[in-house]
Amino acid sequence: MRNFIYVAPPSIEDAIGELRRGEARPLAGGTDLLPQLREGRRNADRIVDLKRIPDLSAIRPLPEGGVAIGAAASATSVARHAVIAARYPAIAASARLLGSVQVQNRASLGGNVCNAAPSADVVPALICHEAYAHIAGASGRRRTPLENLFAGPGRTVLQADEVLTALSLAAVRQRSATTYLRFTPRREMDIAIAGVAVRIDLAEDRSIALARIALASVGPTPLRAMSAEGLLLGNRLDRDLSLAAAGAAANDDAQPISDTRASADYRRSLVEVLTRRGLVACARTLDMVLDLT
Amino acid sequence: MKMLLSCRINAEEHAVLVDPRDTLLELLRERIGLTGSKEGCGNGNCGSCTVLLDGAPVNACLVLALEVAGRDVVTIEGVARAGELHPIQSALVEAGGTQCGFCTPGIVLAAKALLDANSAPSEDDIRQAIAGNLCRCTGYGKIVDAIATAAKHLRGG
Repeated sequence: MRNFIYVAPPSIEDAIGELRRGEARPLAGGTDLLPQLREGRRNADRIVDLKRIPDLSAIRPLPEGGVAIGAAASATSVARHAVIAARYPAIAASARLLGSVQVQNRASLGGNVCNAAPSADVVPALICHEAYAHIAGASGRRRTPLENLFAGPGRTVLQADEVLTALSLAAVRQRSATTYLRFTPRREMDIAIAGVAVRIDLAEDRSIALARIALASVGPTPLRAMSAEGLLLGNRLDRDLSLAAAGAAANDDAQPISDTRASADYRRSLVEVLTRRGLVACARTLDMVLDLT
Repeated sequence: MKMLLSCRINAEEHAVLVDPRDTLLELLRERIGLTGSKEGCGNGNCGSCTVLLDGAPVNACLVLALEVAGRDVVTIEGVARAGELHPIQSALVEAGGTQCGFCTPGIVLAAKALLDANSAPSEDDIRQAIAGNLCRCTGYGKIVDAIATAAKHLRGG
C-alpha cells in the first residue's frame, strides 16, 4: 500500500479543505476502500476520515416529513433507526444485506453509494424513496437525484474536492409500499446478480398514483425501469394490468452484460421475476387482491 | 510519518506509535503482541480477525489503527476472566465446536456480541450473527449448538 497521511477533520469545511490537498480520498466505513487501497485498485496520499464530523453520522427527520441519512452513518445504525425501521422498511432491509454483521457495523450507505458498484444493495430502495444525494465542495453545496450521481461502474459525478454529506428520503405517503428483492447464488454474504426495488403508491380509488422500479446489477449503473413504471402509472394492478406485462417491461428496461457470475439473458429473466414478486409483495402490504394466474 | 495513537484494549490504556497504513489487526498482532486475532483473508470476508469495537463486532483488517483513537477494543485475550473461560468458550470446547481453532476467536467475539444484545437468540439469529465468520472444519452445526448452550447457561438455565 502506498504511504498516506491520515486526517480526521471535525467539520465538513475542514474536510473539503483536506480533500483539495493532493490525491485525497474520503473514508467512511472503509470496508470497500481499505481492500481497494491494499490491492492498488484505488490510490490516495491523504485519507480524510469523515466519522469525526457529527453531522455526517447523524440520521435526522426532515421538517417536510422525510429523513436525512448522514453519508457516514453505519448500515447498522440506519437499520436500527426507529423512523427508518417503521417508515422505510425496504431501506432497513437493504442495509442488513451489506455483507456480514461485522461489515454492517462499519459500512456506510454513503460509502456504498460512492463506491458506485452496479450491484450496490442499498441503492435501489433509496432511488424508490426519491433519494437526493447532498454534496458539499469547494464551490458550494448542491444536490442531485441519486440516480444521476452514477457515471459508470465505480465512478460517480463527484469532483475530487466534493464529498457526499447526506442522502435525503422523501416523506412516505399514505397507501405506499416499497420492497427490495435480490437474487444471490448463496443465501448470505454474496453479491446480487440482479436486484429490484419496487414502490407503489395508490390513489384513493386504488389506481397507481406513483410507481418506481429501480434495478441493480443489470447495467453499468443502478437504473430505473422507466417503461415498466410508465405502464403501471394510472392503472389498477388488480384489474387493468397483468403482472406479466410489468415484468416483461422491466426485462426490456434492464441493460445487463454477461460475466463470470451470470449471463445477460439470465439477469433479464431474474429482473422479470423479481419485478413481479416485488409488485406482489407491495400489493400484499397494500391489501390488494391480485389474480395471480 | 508515524502518529501517536491512544486507545483502550482489553480494559488497558495503550499509547503507541503507528504507521497510518497499519490496520487495527496489525496494531493488535504486531505492535501490542495480541496474536489471538487471526488474519485469514485480509479483506473482510472470513471474520477471523473479528474484535469488538465499542462492543460491536468488526473486522480488524478493515479498520485503520488510527480510526480507533479514544475507543474501546476487546480481543479474544480479553474474554476469559481470571483464567476462567467465558461460557461461550466452554460451550465450544464441550460441543466440539472448535477443530483447527483458527476461526474460533472471531466466532467467540461474534457470538459474545450477539448474546450481549439478545439473551435468547433463535437458531436463525445465531446463524445470522456468525454469517461473517467462515469455518472450514466443523460444518457450523456444533458451533451453532454451542452458542445456543452458552445462551441458556448465561440465562441461568
